[in-house]
Amino acid sequence: MAVKTLESPLKAAKYKSDLTSDWCPGCGDFGIVNGIQQALAELALPPWETYLFSGVGCSGKTPHYIQVYGSHTLHGRVLPYSLGAKMANPHLTVLAVGGDGDGYGIGSGHFVHAGRRNVDMTYIVFNNEVYGLTKGQASPTLEKGMQPKSLALPHISQAINPLALALACGYTFIARSYAYDPKHLKATIQAAVNHRGMALIDVLQPCPTYNDIHTKEFYAEKLEKEGNEIPRVYYIEETGYDGVVKNSNDVQEVNEKRMNAFNAMYKLEDQVALGTFYKIELDTYDELLGKNLPQLKDAAPIDLKYHDDQMNPTTDLSSALAEIQV
Amino acid sequence: MSGTTDISWMIGGPQGTGVDSSATLFARAMTVAGYWVYGKREYHSNIKGKHSYFQVRVKDVPVHSNTDPVHILSTFEHSTAEIHADEVVPDGAFIYDPRVTDPADLPLPSGVTKFPIEFGKIIEEIAEETGSNPVKLGIMKNTVAVAASAALLGVEIDSIEEALKGIFTGKKAKLVDLNMKAAEKAYAAIKPQAGFGDFVYKLEKPSNPPKSKSRLLVNGATATGLGKVKAGCRYQTYYSITPAVDECIYLEQHPEFGIVVFQCEDELSAINMAIGAATTGIRSSTSTSGPGFCLMSEGIGWAGINEVPMVVFNYQRGGPSTGLPTRNEQGELLFAIHAGHGDYPKIVMAPGDMHECFEDAFNAFNFAERYQTPVIVLPDKALANNTQSIEPFEEASLKVDRGQIEGVDPNYKEGDLEAGIQQFPRFKITDSGISPRVLPGTPGKIFWTTGDEHTEFGHITEKPEIRIPMHEKRMKKLDLAAKEIPQDLQYKLFGSEQADLTMVAWGSTKGAILDAMDVLKKEHNITINFLQIRMMSPFPSEGVGAILKKAKKVACIESNLSGQLAQLVRMRTSFEIPHQILKYTGRPISETEIVASALDVVKKDEKKVVLTYGR
Ligand code: SF4
Repeated sequence: MAVKTLESPLKAAKYKSDLTSDWCPGCGDFGIVNGIQQALAELALPPWETYLFSGVGCSGKTPHYIQVYGSHTLHGRVLPYSLGAKMANPHLTVLAVGGDGDGYGIGSGHFVHAGRRNVDMTYIVFNNEVYGLTKGQASPTLEKGMQPKSLALPHISQAINPLALALACGYTFIARSYAYDPKHLKATIQAAVNHRGMALIDVLQPCPTYNDIHTKEFYAEKLEKEGNEIPRVYYIEETGYDGVVKNSNDVQEVNEKRMNAFNAMYKLEDQVALGTFYKIELDTYDELLGKNLPQLKDAAPIDLKYHDDQMNPTTDLSSALAEIQV
Repeated sequence: MSGTTDISWMIGGPQGTGVDSSATLFARAMTVAGYWVYGKREYHSNIKGKHSYFQVRVKDVPVHSNTDPVHILSTFEHSTAEIHADEVVPDGAFIYDPRVTDPADLPLPSGVTKFPIEFGKIIEEIAEETGSNPVKLGIMKNTVAVAASAALLGVEIDSIEEALKGIFTGKKAKLVDLNMKAAEKAYAAIKPQAGFGDFVYKLEKPSNPPKSKSRLLVNGATATGLGKVKAGCRYQTYYSITPAVDECIYLEQHPEFGIVVFQCEDELSAINMAIGAATTGIRSSTSTSGPGFCLMSEGIGWAGINEVPMVVFNYQRGGPSTGLPTRNEQGELLFAIHAGHGDYPKIVMAPGDMHECFEDAFNAFNFAERYQTPVIVLPDKALANNTQSIEPFEEASLKVDRGQIEGVDPNYKEGDLEAGIQQFPRFKITDSGISPRVLPGTPGKIFWTTGDEHTEFGHITEKPEIRIPMHEKRMKKLDLAAKEIPQDLQYKLFGSEQADLTMVAWGSTKGAILDAMDVLKKEHNITINFLQIRMMSPFPSEGVGAILKKAKKVACIESNLSGQLAQLVRMRTSFEIPHQILKYTGRPISETEIVASALDVVKKDEKKVVLTYGR
């Protein structure tokens, strides 16, 4: 279902609400909010047809700072809300944001199944490896052996790999970005919104208050490799990597791209790769729905009329009643 | 003997062997013949093998419940015979397969007439005549069992044929002839038997046979589904659970309805997807049963604080926990009205019959949108699964009510975007408690929602000066609903103002009470009036209290252990209902049980009667 855009785009500032955020100074969330506002502005999306959902946690407050339809939902349930809204009204551009605990912890069941449906929406996860709003407990992405200052003891559970999990679940756009890389972040959000299907962006988000390991300084560090200085953070596409499937019917290409993506997602290295790890164009949920439900072939569920101007219901039950008439 | 006008028939068998379809055939054939029917379906939480049965009552006037004893027990397998033999009335009939059952081994009352039918032989003969595989035809033993019973009742075989034509349509139409062969052989096999002519429960011709196709044969799940379709529901989520899943399957099987029926990964998703969809302005609902409803309560609270119109159907079954997953109970009343933490308005209704399932399903969306709050509807398993022949649904008077929705601002100028984005006070404090909505996509306007307490624009606040009016505003909507919703949708008094006993009840027990009222009057000269409560929140305290205070003697009838409606009545009216009639075996309450327990209350002044009948 095509989404309308504005004829004359608004400036990014118009996508800022009049609220001041209450995040800690230096929080990576500021960078992500800016990235979203800029991406929406450049995409020229009408604020009243753009619907931003969030879960609960520090990142859950994001919609309140952005001047589009905003819904701050329940902890872990951001995906069901967003999916329901997009399925009901595919004319809306739907984005979801939430923390790593929200999405990969309490909401992990929804994370898995959202991948199976290829609903055309974008999910941005603020990944800081801790539960910020409850004072820094380990999140599902905190690696084994780590002990940020908020933890009493070293962490002894394994971390999940969100990108690989997304690939296993069927997400059709999987990317990683970084909260303090505004250009990359904005471009990745734009690409995800433009992608037809379920897009995940895992955004590395420093939490200066509770995660003193993966800080802004950590990501800015230079490393040494074979006598050369290399950056901590690099763009995977610059290494020649291409995760975009050109022909989704080409089984060999799909297999190759998937295996390459798995390798790239699982690679153990001191560097951190940003970029689009995998992207494939497949039928979206509403396109498939149109094949199953005749009324939805050329219309969205929200468009279907069920009453006349006098508010009389217009649905004719006679064929269904005929089945039970005796 | 001139015959009878009220009989009860039972078929049983291992699950997966066609018990349901044979009951459908029987009920349909009797309806075609001009009688009214009520059918009770009982099954285990199992797919193949465990015992299930269907009991159909046939009457020449509208019938709303079952009676306990059975006039004809018809079965082609042994376990049904063993389990139900002692339920047959002393002058009833037992139709059985002599290859699998020896009636001498059964606790049949001594006067029961036994009608052996060679089910296997009939199938083998048809297989030979038609060159078919006898194993594949085995399912037609059901047709034999039904037809033999119809013959015994004196119903013409044409009614069976007509019923088969209604069941096997389209590509399956060729099965009509094959099944008619089975029916003919069944008629031929039973008619010459000793006892056929003397069977005392031959049905009298119906006094007032209806025009063909003027009645519906329907269960509560289908009636609810149709009500939702009529209301314009476009989005229904569910996670598979008994017995709610029947309604969802019914909607899925009809893609022409244009309803997106979405099977979720769990009930957390089901409720929250339905709410997400509802925030766009679509009519959205979910259906579940007890365990699933437990998981949904956090989401319902979010819809409450954000004033999202959405509808939840909770088909009650035996609890707690997994409980009796395929059996009837009315154990979720207090839970439903208190679902979720904190105070927020919810409308909770309980339909009592097929018409009310349809009507409540339709009205639920109107109430949800008018009062901008979640509506919970509480059918029970008996309503969902039991089948009844009824007059057609009342459709002509229905009106859609979408509540207060604002469109585009008259000052909005297309193209003037810089000036045009208006933050909309979605949660404006108003006298009535209702704040106008705009829907996403309305040019120029946006607002926020949050599970936190919020300002008029939907931003988080913890300020007492906002919390107080906002919290009160939401709750006020219930007072308005109580005033505006027509009284007969809240409660109904059946029977005369003054009676020997006032029965208070809700949900599926309605039918048994209505039927029992007639019997108690005719056979025992006891007058009963019946107060049916349909609206549980907001509770019609004044109306209910006034009736109860005037009543001579009051008993509350419920399918649960703790008398939940009686507790609610006391909480809302301070009236302590002195007599209780309760059943918590998971089996529905019958007319027979209501008659007996009413006598216990009226004549012996029993304070508490616990009902136990049924396998
Ligand atoms: S606790 Fe961490 S994530 Fe939360 S606002 Fe502070 S810095 Fe940001």
